[in-house]
Amino acid sequence: MTLTETIAAVRAKRCSAVEVVQQSLDAIEKHNERLGAFISVEGERALQRARDIDARIAKGEPVGPLAGAAVAVKDNMCTAFGTTTCASQILSNFRSPYDAAVVERLEAADAVIVGKTNLDEFAMGSSSENSSYCPVRNPWDTTRVPGGSSGGSAVAVAAGLVQGALGSDTGGSIRQPAALTGITGLKPTYGRVSRHGLVAFASSLDQIGPLARNVRDTACLLKVIAGHDPRDSTSVGCAVPDYTALLGADLKGLTIGVAAGDFGKGLNDEVCKAVEAALGVYRDNGARIVEAHLPHMKYAIACYYLIATAEASSNLARYDGVHYGVRADRHEGIVDLYCASRDQGFGQEVKRRIMLGTFALSSGYYDAYYLKALKVRTLLARDFEAAFEQVDVIASPVSPVTAFKLGEKIDDPLAMYLADIHTTSVNLAGIAGLSIPCGFDADGLPIGLQLMAPHFAEERLLAVGHQFQCLTDYHTKHPPQST
Amino acid sequence: MSTLKITPLVGLEIHVQLATRSKLFCNCTVEFGAKPNSRVCPVCLGMPGVLPVINKRALDLSIAVGLALNCRITRHSKWDRKSYYYPDLPKNYQISQYDLPLAHDGYFEIPSNGSMRRIRIRRAHIEEDAGKNIHDTPGCTLVDLNRAGTPLLEIVTEPDISSANEAHTFCTELQRLVTYLGVSEGSMQKGHMRFEPNINVIVEHSGVEYRTPIVEVKNLNSFRAVRSAIDYEISRQVAGWEADNDYVLGNRPNENRGWNDTRQVTEFQRPKEAAHDYRYFPDPDLVPVEIDDHWLQRIRSEVTEFPLARRGRFVAQYGLTDADADTIVSDRATADLFEAVLDTGAPVSIVSKQFVNIWLKIANARHTTMAQLGVDARRMGELASLVQVGTVSPTAANQIAERMPDTADTPEALANSMGLVQVQDIKAMEKWLDEVFAANERTVQDALTKPKKASGSIGFLRGQVMRVSGGKADPGLAGELIEERLKKMSE
Repeated sequence: MTLTETIAAVRAKRCSAVEVVQQSLDAIEKHNERLGAFISVEGERALQRARDIDARIAKGEPVGPLAGAAVAVKDNMCTAFGTTTCASQILSNFRSPYDAAVVERLEAADAVIVGKTNLDEFAMGSSSENSSYCPVRNPWDTTRVPGGSSGGSAVAVAAGLVQGALGSDTGGSIRQPAALTGITGLKPTYGRVSRHGLVAFASSLDQIGPLARNVRDTACLLKVIAGHDPRDSTSVGCAVPDYTALLGADLKGLTIGVAAGDFGKGLNDEVCKAVEAALGVYRDNGARIVEAHLPHMKYAIACYYLIATAEASSNLARYDGVHYGVRADRHEGIVDLYCASRDQGFGQEVKRRIMLGTFALSSGYYDAYYLKALKVRTLLARDFEAAFEQVDVIASPVSPVTAFKLGEKIDDPLAMYLADIHTTSVNLAGIAGLSIPCGFDADGLPIGLQLMAPHFAEERLLAVGHQFQCLTDYHTKHPPQST
Repeated sequence: MSTLKITPLVGLEIHVQLATRSKLFCNCTVEFGAKPNSRVCPVCLGMPGVLPVINKRALDLSIAVGLALNCRITRHSKWDRKSYYYPDLPKNYQISQYDLPLAHDGYFEIPSNGSMRRIRIRRAHIEEDAGKNIHDTPGCTLVDLNRAGTPLLEIVTEPDISSANEAHTFCTELQRLVTYLGVSEGSMQKGHMRFEPNINVIVEHSGVEYRTPIVEVKNLNSFRAVRSAIDYEISRQVAGWEADNDYVLGNRPNENRGWNDTRQVTEFQRPKEAAHDYRYFPDPDLVPVEIDDHWLQRIRSEVTEFPLARRGRFVAQYGLTDADADTIVSDRATADLFEAVLDTGAPVSIVSKQFVNIWLKIANARHTTMAQLGVDARRMGELASLVQVGTVSPTAANQIAERMPDTADTPEALANSMGLVQVQDIKAMEKWLDEVFAANERTVQDALTKPKKASGSIGFLRGQVMRVSGGKADPGLAGELIEERLKKMSE
């Protein structure tokens, strides 16, 4: 069942919240060893909350808009229950004293959080192999990666372990795994969702968003988690529209922009064909497809990997073994304590990015790297502003390739970084990006279409995505062995 | 060796703790002396996932200081992260302001050798304080993070200060300013002000100028230490140059030194060249600060008049001495009270004397301020008027004032109930004179025979009359009667 169907069923007492949650827990029990989607499961707590919801429904008391839905949150969002590990050894024992804003909002809406999902350590990666616990596997083919860094959340939804999940997206970490696992994922506008309680990777790029089976479910989750939060100075106060009610908006005269030229180097033929076919679906339904001119797009990856690593090097400085988290056993003096704890606590990719970022911010290099990247970022944002004067949304592939084999790219970080070509510019410009399934390759692996809209135009983006799902059935396909 | 001309160049970096109720980026209370780690939350502990939210009050207070220091206020300011690892810094970066400080390019005028000296202010920026590492347990370091996140304003001067005394005056005047504005308690005991002088000297020898390397003395927390450390450094640097003519800026490294208060010397810490690379970059968790005209206007209207200007006005308008004006303008509430008392119509000459000689002493004895004594402007004005019309003597007014904080009675009622209404009855006065003349024959003789001592003796006798009368005698009348009686005796 989809999220929307589940909520309706619980509300109509066709099934109980306890049944939904138990089913979810059973599925996790059955599949998690194979998929590695969850780092921790909070079964008893989830059932208790489900019983409470059922009791309220039985008494005719009001319940929240997500009542009865079993959901998961990525393990880089703080919860006052269980652990918050970021899939890192350095936080393997970390228990947060507070809930992230999105966790508060989900629970206030009576969603039941069943557990916390696996990810690339501190959300750094595009394959979910950089988890210090175990890699996440793609349910369409478990020899392949599910994408990342929100691979656990994507797989939990794709395999039917939960009805919806939250991920975080710094350079594509929601959209790319959504594409590689055949589900829908949204990176909202920067400032749309509070980051309070999201363990920071790159503060100016990070944004929390929903992953679900279809656009309607995605809209339903966004409505709950969006909105201003005084605890996050970068969250924005503009009103939250009723996204689900606006899904059927009239799209007559829709203009879709497509980045000029090909979709960049390294684009898989089948991905290219599927994306073009998807544009054909829109064209056949009256949309105008035009070229969008984004001249600075080619600098996006270089720009992204300077800004993201620079911010990460600073954000991750606090994990030093002094105040919380894991401290190295043997050390001599404070500097050694720092070095040993960080050496043992961080994985390869995290260390690589901390070093890159530290270098980019160092005296004498700052102007050439970080400052220049900020300037490019401004130009890129202007590109999008100008483009959106001509078009309503911009379309592109999400990932240039479909799910690749575990281990295939892990020793070639540059190749892995370059695969973020279509997603990073959305974070740099702070705009909204949606990933929806638009086909399968010859191996039966899902392909994603990315749609991008201006700041705070999520309702437009969701309506355009919803239209596609009304005309196609890719989003209804499930991987083998899913529940 | 020909004589050397020495010109010290001193600049100051001063950290002032802002008097906000809560910390700079979270809601924790700022409180001195609380149980360690009891005034902390996930934000100031730097827990994963937390975000800073600016305390607007800290901006208000800092703008007020910026205006008082004649600075330009940066309309578009921002926050930067300063990275270094230390256990008392939970995030391992400090949120500060790097290239766009809140205020810049101002000046502060201080009295120096009888005139005013203008010391230029380079910048003033806001930053969060760190916690404290406590090393008093052998083998381990304890960390108290109560102070972490406390708002500080760092004020940096140009090297316009030319002596230890001038630096001392600057610091005390700045303390007066910030307490006057109410932007800081300015308590040295609580570490509300910390000083870091940068010192070097120009040695002029045979028409050639040599500049010694710049020394920064870290973390001084008393005015006395500022003076001593600068004096010490000036001598040390001159001696250093005399011993080695290559001890000049550029040839020898600039240094950070610490002040050893026990030995009264500065001690080498590290060369400046080994300074950290702090890897400053804009804090992406905070939005830039936009200060518009409306905001500036609001602060200007709250900060009506700065102390130096007010002191000058009190001298010019009320004819106060510099010293009295200085005392009365030392804090804003006292100055406000003074003007409120004058507004009741009380005479300025008496009110100013009573402020400096009576009310200040009573307030000090009670460890409070004049404004908080519980005596309002109306009653203070009445007391001054009683002296003016001669109902009570200035001495009696002292006694009445002593009682006033503990009662709501008018001074006149107190004068009556305490029996202090001045007696101008000649008979009663003559009786007190008889008593005093009989008890002080020696002084009376001095007054009669030693012209040089006459006026002192008369003063003494008058004091004795006031004493035996219990303050009720009119001192003017007493003086006249004493002189009359002496004149008769000498005839």
